[in-house]
Amino acid sequence: MSEAEIKSLEAQFDAKIANDQKIEPKDWMPEKYRKTHIRQISQHAHSEIVGMLPEGNWITRAPSLRRKAALLAKVQDEAGHGLYLYSACETLGITREELYDQLHSGAAKYSSIFNYPTLTWADMGAIGWLVDGAAIINQVPLCSTSYGPYARAMVRVCKEESFHQRQGYEIMLSLCNGTDEQKEMAQDALNRWWWPSLMMLGPEDKDSVHTEQSMKWKLKRKTNDELRQQFIDQTVPQADILGLTIPDPDLKWNDEKGTYDFGAINWDEFWQVVKGHGPLNKKRLDDRRNAWNEGKWVRDAAMAYAEKQAQRKTEAATAV
Amino acid sequence: MMKPIKELNPQFLESKENKEHLISYLLGVADNYLILAQRLGELCGHGPNLEPDIAITNISLDLLGQVRSFYQYVAQLKGDKSTEDDIAFLRKEREYRSVLLVQQPNTDFGYVIVRQFFFDVYNKMFLNALQQSADETLRALAFKGIKEASYHERFSGDWLKRLGDGTVESKQRVQQAVNDLWVFTDELFHSSKADDAMITAGVAPDMLQLREYYYEKVENLLTEATLEIPEVPYFQKGGKEGLHSEYMGYILSEMQYMQRAYPNSRW
Repeated sequence: MSEAEIKSLEAQFDAKIANDQKIEPKDWMPEKYRKTHIRQISQHAHSEIVGMLPEGNWITRAPSLRRKAALLAKVQDEAGHGLYLYSACETLGITREELYDQLHSGAAKYSSIFNYPTLTWADMGAIGWLVDGAAIINQVPLCSTSYGPYARAMVRVCKEESFHQRQGYEIMLSLCNGTDEQKEMAQDALNRWWWPSLMMLGPEDKDSVHTEQSMKWKLKRKTNDELRQQFIDQTVPQADILGLTIPDPDLKWNDEKGTYDFGAINWDEFWQVVKGHGPLNKKRLDDRRNAWNEGKWVRDAAMAYAEKQAQRKTEAATAV
Repeated sequence: MMKPIKELNPQFLESKENKEHLISYLLGVADNYLILAQRLGELCGHGPNLEPDIAITNISLDLLGQVRSFYQYVAQLKGDKSTEDDIAFLRKEREYRSVLLVQQPNTDFGYVIVRQFFFDVYNKMFLNALQQSADETLRALAFKGIKEASYHERFSGDWLKRLGDGTVESKQRVQQAVNDLWVFTDELFHSSKADDAMITAGVAPDMLQLREYYYEKVENLLTEATLEIPEVPYFQKGGKEGLHSEYMGYILSEMQYMQRAYPNSRW
């Protein structure tokens, strides 16, 4: 392709995005757009799949049948999100196996929050309320992102996430209306998940490397700091209703700005976890790798069986 | 919905003995669902691929749904303040009536599939027959469960064929699972004194009548999956009478953990 042709395609592509038209898998797209989307969508898919582990940790110990069923359904939804996000990613010319390899080798990232342990039942509430709450804030704008398959996947993901968030909050509410021990459990979970949830919205704008390009492609509509402020402003009143204390002595309402001021985030901790030094980075990846490696003989069997079936069909057809 | 095989005498449940037998019978059914759902729940997030992971979680969810309906019925029959959760979480090990088969561990995907298939074939036949129960609630529960049970049987049966007629390794692994789990199949057909009373009353189907058909179905599919039918000189039993495997205590201590550690709390 000549340079002039590429220029023209680029111009058409930019115009489409500017007009809020979707880019579809068969459309021409700049290589950087393709790569950035593979990175972001797969990172999102990996987060869903790794995110099944901390909550899966409580399925067998859920305190009631109703809670057990709801938790199972929730973790299953996450598997479903993973499935259609991987499918959306595959439309960009990469296979699910390649994406798994990137996850298992540590080349691809997933949300750092899942490297923290789930120590009590209240963590199921806190994750739904805070982690899914932060995820929604991150993800709602993606329902109108420029890449069609991703935008459509996100519409469904967001609907289910908002259900999960309500479910998590309802777990917290039951605990906070319960015994002193239950309330303590809820407060302890909030203490442990609050700061990692704030970090989940990404590094501060001054340290964020992808923001500018992502804004242009509508992969992002607000900056990390704006999203974080939105999350805090919406979550503090919810904590008040629960009667829980946000573990930040510097948190206070700023009348002038109409938002909450909050204390300094420990970004050193954030970067440590991103680098792989979080409490459970190793275990989460080991669990994923083990499931994949131990499942190899099963996937091989399914392939071999399908091939045999296809061959038998051909033979039967030729015999006739 | 199907018609009952016979009408239940309206005074039937006024007898304390009948009621106790019915409760014991219901637990014998639902405890299998509970323990199997618990075992399947252990696997969530660790499947060989996303699709079977989702499917296995689905089966676990279906079984849990059935458990809740059965336990709610038990709670209603007991007429005290017990809830479905008291029944699920607060009994002693010897009071559970689940068969040994469903307690067996998730040794590998082959064991998961074989355990499931052995149970699903039974469960589908059972729910099919239960649709003619003299008890209206049971007819409704069977009607609700049968579609799910058919899907479960198709899922586990299809996977059994894939594993049996897949690779050399998969055949060897799944054959091992078949050999190891076969001894637990016969217990599905055992009936207690309470079960017999329910069979006589037309509340419960007589599963012993279907035993031959069960083995025929299972053996046909094993043959289709190019697997050998194990020849064993004995079968294991005990769970139905409360004499469980050594696994059961661990299953329960995990499952009951929260209810035991924080008694009388609402969740």
